[in-house]
Amino acid sequence: MDFNLTEEQQMLQDTVARLVREQYGFEAREGFYRSEVGFSTAFWQQLSELGLTAVPFDEALGGFGGGCVDNLVIMTELGRGLCLEPFLHSQIFGGGLLQQLANPDQQQTLLPQVVSGELQLAVAFEEPQSHYRLNDVACRAEAVEGGWRISGRKSVVIGGDSADRILVSARTFGEQRDDSGISLFVLDPAAEGVSRSGYPCIDGPRAFDLLLEKVFVPSGAMLGEEGQALGALRYQQGRAIAAQCAEALGSMEEVFSLTLDYLKTRKQFGRPIGEFQVLQHRMADICSELEQARSMAIMAACVADEPDSDDRSRRLTAAKYIVARAARFVAEQAIQLHGGIGMTWEYSLSHHAKRLVMLSHQFGDDDHHLGVYAQLMQTA
Amino acid sequence: MNIRYTADELAFRDEVRAFVRQSLPADIATSVRLGKHLNKEQHQRWQRILSTKGWYAANWPVEHGGTGWTVVQKHIFQEECAALGAPRLISFGVNMVAPVIIKFGTEQQKACYLPRILSGEDWWCQGYSEPGAGSDLASLKTRAVRDGEHYVVNGQKTWTTLGQYANRIFCLVRTDTDARPQQGISFLLIDMDSPGISVRPIITLDGEHEVNEVFFDNVRVPVQNRIGEENRGWTCAKYLLTHERTGQAGIGTSKAALAHLKQVAAQETCDGRPLIEDPLLRAQIADIEMQLMAIEMSTLRILAAAQAGGVPGAESSILKIKGSEIRQAISHLMRKVLGPHALPFVEAELNPAFAGEPRHADYSSAPASEYFNLRKLSIYGGSNEIQKNIIAKMMLEL
Repeated sequence: MDFNLTEEQQMLQDTVARLVREQYGFEAREGFYRSEVGFSTAFWQQLSELGLTAVPFDEALGGFGGGCVDNLVIMTELGRGLCLEPFLHSQIFGGGLLQQLANPDQQQTLLPQVVSGELQLAVAFEEPQSHYRLNDVACRAEAVEGGWRISGRKSVVIGGDSADRILVSARTFGEQRDDSGISLFVLDPAAEGVSRSGYPCIDGPRAFDLLLEKVFVPSGAMLGEEGQALGALRYQQGRAIAAQCAEALGSMEEVFSLTLDYLKTRKQFGRPIGEFQVLQHRMADICSELEQARSMAIMAACVADEPDSDDRSRRLTAAKYIVARAARFVAEQAIQLHGGIGMTWEYSLSHHAKRLVMLSHQFGDDDHHLGVYAQLMQTA
Repeated sequence: MNIRYTADELAFRDEVRAFVRQSLPADIATSVRLGKHLNKEQHQRWQRILSTKGWYAANWPVEHGGTGWTVVQKHIFQEECAALGAPRLISFGVNMVAPVIIKFGTEQQKACYLPRILSGEDWWCQGYSEPGAGSDLASLKTRAVRDGEHYVVNGQKTWTTLGQYANRIFCLVRTDTDARPQQGISFLLIDMDSPGISVRPIITLDGEHEVNEVFFDNVRVPVQNRIGEENRGWTCAKYLLTHERTGQAGIGTSKAALAHLKQVAAQETCDGRPLIEDPLLRAQIADIEMQLMAIEMSTLRILAAAQAGGVPGAESSILKIKGSEIRQAISHLMRKVLGPHALPFVEAELNPAFAGEPRHADYSSAPASEYFNLRKLSIYGGSNEIQKNIIAKMMLEL
């Protein structure tokens, strides 16, 4: 048992924390949000120059060789700053899929640019009807001369028009909800037949819907074995969940500190409102939930790199469940404790609250994971 | 970072497991699993087994008969025992008064009391709460007036757990009525057979005789029975309360209760199918199990910090709140799993010696009364609201 960061990890933490503090003030963020791409390309550039985009990749592939604890460190700080860059979806989820499934050819042509941050990835896995079920894939890929033709829809793919490659799940055989028959393709969004319509999400980042009409992809664009992508999608989604728990942790820590400050400074009835016991107890509740969420985020980071097993799946699902519920509680109570000011767009707290609540709409909400855990749970 | 135990710690866990599996008497394990009221003999038998093995006073220093275990080992021991269905040790002697005697007592007091705790000769109870002093413990009124080499004690203690079995009681008494509430208190050890002491049962809502009132009518207590200095008893009390709170998350106990609940849900039926297959019930079990996992991880983080020399602060208050809520939630679910069979209240079936045919099943007799009994968890040891005050003051500085 060891809950300390290594010296290297502490340096990583200092680096990211300083970068976020200096570059990601709340007003700057508002500017990034309103910009054309919806995030800061300059900040992404700095992540790249400092080698941070390479952290989640193996050293043999030009990466830094970091594990999910390193991801925890980075994502906690990005969460604290409410950063809009698609680090999680591009470097951890997409990058993880690529690293796990790429053949030597794809490793050479694609990975170096992803590792360096030159090329951003998005992962298109949700469909209009799928509701967090990775196996519910209606999107189809038909074998044709020299490759495949993909048709179907993908919904709310996180990462905006900036995503240079999209990893798309499509069914090459089987029924719509079969576990087998799902393949993964690297899609060039400029290919003929691809329409993407982008929009901002309520918690900040950009996303897009994807309409694929007989889009041709060459055989070399298939990632991994035909029809066998579900296992990798689930495994890498587990790593993404761990990273998301860390992102929520950073955001919750910021909300906690903003709210505690507010209780100590805001005066009503002639005294700081933090002197009222009912508010003290609410703040103690926030503190307890945050503590549980922190424990689960750490646990998730520690098990996410382990080989696939029921124990790993149970723990990651439990982490997502506990963190999602804590995040919502902290967000709602922080707005309540702030009163009117917590309702305004001009105060960072409300944006953290939106992020904390809406994170549960990615990779499955608490009900979804409650169901998953209930299935995986040992009963004898 | 690494959430797993070391190889040595795993080996220790296996050693504890093997020992408990082999040594825990079946009748005691069954009584605990089914939620029956353990009798004095069962408690003492398990204590003796542990004492013989040298594992009873796990928290004591080695020179007094302790184990020398690390905080992680102590945790593993406690949780493994509970998870395997061993009864919770009655802590008043071994884990409450003993640490105070070891920390504040004279050599003579240590030599007198510690061996008798180890051997099980003495059964201690706690004289803290009074009718007018619950969460506000410092407002206690039981008086001790010096008379030569004795104190003369008058007053009343209440909620004295298993006082009917005890031959000794440790008490907080007021020795100075003029000082600020915390500063006029002394810590006294009193023989229960002293003239002037009387014990009256309090029957709790589940019909159980677990707690008592203890009355002191001009009870003469030798001055040498005082621990620490006169009027400095609050220091002992605070020290003891920190001991009382650690380990109160009761993770092992909750794990055992949840495993038992799953077994019962596999035997009870609804719509012709085992209840455990019902998605609604499974979801409720899953919710509790995941929350339990979170408390366990929080506990491990605190243990790791303590292992490195840190002193657990108000984090243990978080564990107390969450741990008690979970144990209560499990007992609530257990009651629901039994459906109408939770209703019969046949006190004879709660006796470990009951040998007749149970009304429905052996597991259905106790859960409803246990559910009501466990309401105490969020009240004693500093109510959950007091814990929130502690968090607000110590961690949040509000």
